[in-house]
Amino acid sequence: MNPLDSITGTIISGVVLALILVVVIKAIAGV
Amino acid sequence: MEIAGIVRWLHLLAGITWIGLLYYFNFVQVPAMAKATADKDGPGPAAIGKYVAPLALLWFRWAALVTWLSGAAYLMGIGQFGNAFILGIGQNNAYATTIGMGAWLGTIMLFNVWVLIWPNQKKVLGMVEASDEEKNRAKRVAFLASRSNTLMSIPMLLFMGSASHGLMF
Repeated sequence: MNPLDSITGTIISGVVLALILVVVIKAIAGV
Repeated sequence: MEIAGIVRWLHLLAGITWIGLLYYFNFVQVPAMAKATADKDGPGPAAIGKYVAPLALLWFRWAALVTWLSGAAYLMGIGQFGNAFILGIGQNNAYATTIGMGAWLGTIMLFNVWVLIWPNQKKVLGMVEASDEEKNRAKRVAFLASRSNTLMSIPMLLFMGSASHGLMF
């Protein structure tokens, strides 16, 4: 099932995406 | 008077209107429509589709546009628009990196509103001609674009707020 079909799946995916982006951005830009 | 401060204020007002309605669609209207459709003895979802959804979509899509334009104007005003969209990489510009992540997410979300959600919702709500098969497909595309925007709003708000206030680590 697509996680976007459930509200909980959407929120968990959004938080995970946020944390991944923070790490990637910190690594690339060194900020 | 600081014009940038007024533009930022407008950006926040429009942004709250946009994302507030996005959350209304995802957390209230979609589950309520499903419940109303399943409730065979109830009044059904027709009134939501006729009276609520078009008005909510009107405020939603125009708030989205005003949010993006005021955000872009603000960044141009403080001379960070280009820097933000190249994520400040190679500039040692933490503000541009952080606000840029938010700006990119917001830009993808604006695209989803005007290119995927609105044209498909017009078919779903019967504002333009569409066969039942087209309507079902339109419903799925609009739903997934709307859910993707809800997902992206979570990191988008983190980066928007963190540009001035710092990340959590």
